[in-house]
Amino acid sequence: MRLITHNMLSCNIKGVANGFPLLIEAGKVIEKEVDFNPDFLRHMFAKIEWKALVEGARSMGYAELPEDSPDATVLDSDESFLKKLHHALLELHLEEGALVCPETGRKFPVNKGIPNMLLHEDEV
Amino acid sequence: MPSRIAEIRLVSSHREVYEPCDDSFALVDALLADRTNLIDHNPKICMEIGCGSGYVITSLILLLKNEVPGVHYLATDTNPIATRVTKETLQAHGVDADVICTDIASCLEKRLAGSVDVIVVNPPYVPTPEYEVGMEGIASAWAGGENGRTVIDKILPVVDLLLSEKGWFYLVTLTSNFPAEICLMMRKKGYASRIVVQRSTEEENLLILKFWRDKDEESLKKETSSSFVSQFSRSLSSLMEKQWR
Repeated sequence: MRLITHNMLSCNIKGVANGFPLLIEAGKVIEKEVDFNPDFLRHMFAKIEWKALVEGARSMGYAELPEDSPDATVLDSDESFLKKLHHALLELHLEEGALVCPETGRKFPVNKGIPNMLLHEDEV
Repeated sequence: MPSRIAEIRLVSSHREVYEPCDDSFALVDALLADRTNLIDHNPKICMEIGCGSGYVITSLILLLKNEVPGVHYLATDTNPIATRVTKETLQAHGVDADVICTDIASCLEKRLAGSVDVIVVNPPYVPTPEYEVGMEGIASAWAGGENGRTVIDKILPVVDLLLSEKGWFYLVTLTSNFPAEICLMMRKKGYASRIVVQRSTEEENLLILKFWRDKDEESLKKETSSSFVSQFSRSLSSLMEKQWR
């Protein structure tokens, strides 16, 4: 699972008001190269919750992203920023570890790159 | 060069995971038939709900890969073994998608609403007793409850929530699922629909439906439920005649 997907996941246990962003407990992180596509990044930038991405990247060992959400104009002018965004969103894979609900502390395991978000019967 | 789709010999398998069958092939044929439109559609996020063996999502990636770069692919399944098998099938074809084990798309609904440009679903559509719905393992791949509609009817509002303004939705159904009624339910949510593929096998009569948001509110108001259903039946019978001719 990559950070682009982490940015779209939330904990939906019954009664949880704020199940986003899930904290990342990184066991094993791998990197896989993906073709650089600025158009795609510009499209996704608007949908990304910046803080969640920065924290997620940091917990996966990548601390190069600026703390505050950059202005959208950066997307057209700053290629080095786009490259960092590209790397964080698309090239880092959480292979083993867990996602933790920020409200309840419930852990969702990640094995072989697949988060298991299934809820127990009493959580639905 | 013919379009590439997933190769059966590279599709991973497990006794608790549904193997590619006539319904999977019909869905991939529908995507192939609509490939030029999909390329023009230029999707950014594509998703399969209920990915099973991974045959369909892998085929979708392969048939768009060269023409539409920069797409985020997601796949979900409620069966943990199916999510692993899907990953293996993707890897065997040298492609990738983020695979999540979840019930329909429940952990994605909040953040992914209004963002998905293509959703494909081969749901558990076989009419079964209601208690078989939601059982673990391979039963979750086919047990559809009354008229095979229990899971389909849960998926439809989720799809409506996740699809972007321009989003498209491909759904496998049987004639015994009352597809005209499914289209009418979606019509009431503002979707137009058409039958992309119709195929009769020895056991089942399959329809692959495609849905998209219809901006024409006027036609929606004018349509009555009965005129809609009779129109659907007419187009279905003309398709079936063609097949048997």
